Amino acid sequence: MALQSLDIKQRSATTTPSPQARQTVEIAKLIDVSACIGCKACQVACMEWNDVRDEVGSCAGVYDNPMDLTENSWTVMRYSEVEQNGKLEWLIRKDGCMHCTDPGCLKACPAPGAIIQYSNGIVDFHQENCIGCGYCVTGCPFNVPRISKKDNKAYKCTLCSDRVAVNQAPACAKACPTGAIQFGSKEDMKDYAATRVADLKERGYDKAGLYDPQGVGGTHVMYVLHHADKPALYSNLPENPGVSPMVSLWKGAAKPIAAAALGLVALSSLFHYVMKGPNEVSKEIEKEVEKEDAQ
Amino acid sequence: MKVTRRQFFKVCSAGLGGSSIAMMGFSPTAALAEVRTFKLARATETRNICPYCSVSCGVLIYTTGDRSKNTPGEIIHIEGDPDNPVNRGTLCPKGAGLRDMVQSKDRLKWPEVREAGSNEWKRISWNEAIERIAKHMKADRDKNFVAQNKDGVTVNRWPTLGALASSAASNEAGYLTVKFLRALGVTQLDTQARI
Repeated sequence: MALQSLDIKQRSATTTPSPQARQTVEIAKLIDVSACIGCKACQVACMEWNDVRDEVGSCAGVYDNPMDLTENSWTVMRYSEVEQNGKLEWLIRKDGCMHCTDPGCLKACPAPGAIIQYSNGIVDFHQENCIGCGYCVTGCPFNVPRISKKDNKAYKCTLCSDRVAVNQAPACAKACPTGAIQFGSKEDMKDYAATRVADLKERGYDKAGLYDPQGVGGTHVMYVLHHADKPALYSNLPENPGVSPMVSLWKGAAKPIAAAALGLVALSSLFHYVMKGPNEVSKEIEKEVEKEDAQ
Repeated sequence: MKVTRRQFFKVCSAGLGGSSIAMMGFSPTAALAEVRTFKLARATETRNICPYCSVSCGVLIYTTGDRSKNTPGEIIHIEGDPDNPVNRGTLCPKGAGLRDMVQSKDRLKWPEVREAGSNEWKRISWNEAIERIAKHMKADRDKNFVAQNKDGVTVNRWPTLGALASSAASNEAGYLTVKFLRALGVTQLDTQARI
């Protein structure tokens, strides 16, 4: 069922290219921060749909609960109080996987098929292939994946790939009572964002804009921000995220060189074996050594 | 564990060879990428109303099975009803977590009574509970019923009892509730769907 509607764009640690002929609709989730009331219906709906339950934590004196993403909380609301233009503003951002077009996690992942990018834009983790190395955490420019202590596997938002596969919206988008989370084709979401940005500008937020960072090729979870010029205000949303140069170098240029060196070593040891043969110790020397040991 | 020089080299070269083969694409398990299957496929869908507040959002309750005789269904998921004009598919955090309330181990599932002077709740049968409630109501009504007001006009009021109807009641159930309570003379009548 699922494979009929979801074409794979790329797999982690796989060099054979995926079929590219079919074109499917590119989807996106739009989070309008200006319309969010921080009710956390999305957090609950996410856990409900994905059959994960986080532990009941403790109150840290702020609205954030849980305080950070976990292997069971794939989305959390982050509340920040900032002063802008002499006014207190309470900025609430729904944090979670951004589903980058150029995903750093997938690039860094060494386990074949543990991270999949579908042609609709979803970046999904397949836990049965995950080896729990944690490279995806290092590779992610948004610090999203979390490794479970129970099974040592990485978990994060799937953008409800199982729902999207049967043309349903993600659980969070469906539940959102203020319509702050919208879901549809990326094109439609950009159009809708434009109307929201225009409305915000009319209401005095001159720097309102869409957050769709090009450093990672654009994302499939986008934000409408009132202060698009200062994304860091929103609980340290990175201003210009990109795949870490370490990951790019390591998985880009360094990988074929290392592979070639490895091949060369294997080949030369084969030649060495054929030409020189095994390194044998003569019986006499062996006896001598045994004598010395016995003394 | 004692490892000889020879064994060590064997293990190393086997490891190197194996990983090289895997790197060249001869992985033994050609992992099939597949999303989690849609868990609501063929589940039974039942419409209901969220019991929490007066907004009375419509919900869809998904249960296992197809309501056949030998397969009692278990709730596997609850989400908003897109056809309900009140919420059009959306839910608040409490409504979104409704399943955990339905299946909570702390949920009250049967009538209990705390007798006067006791500090313990005792489980009683539904029949017993209904009978006790009926007796209390009868005693209260007999004591406080107002047939006529001070001007001698027949009013048939029962001023000491209030009734609160369920927000999940249908129009028909609501009609019957009002009919029944008005017949008894209840004037303080409301529904959870309005509070």
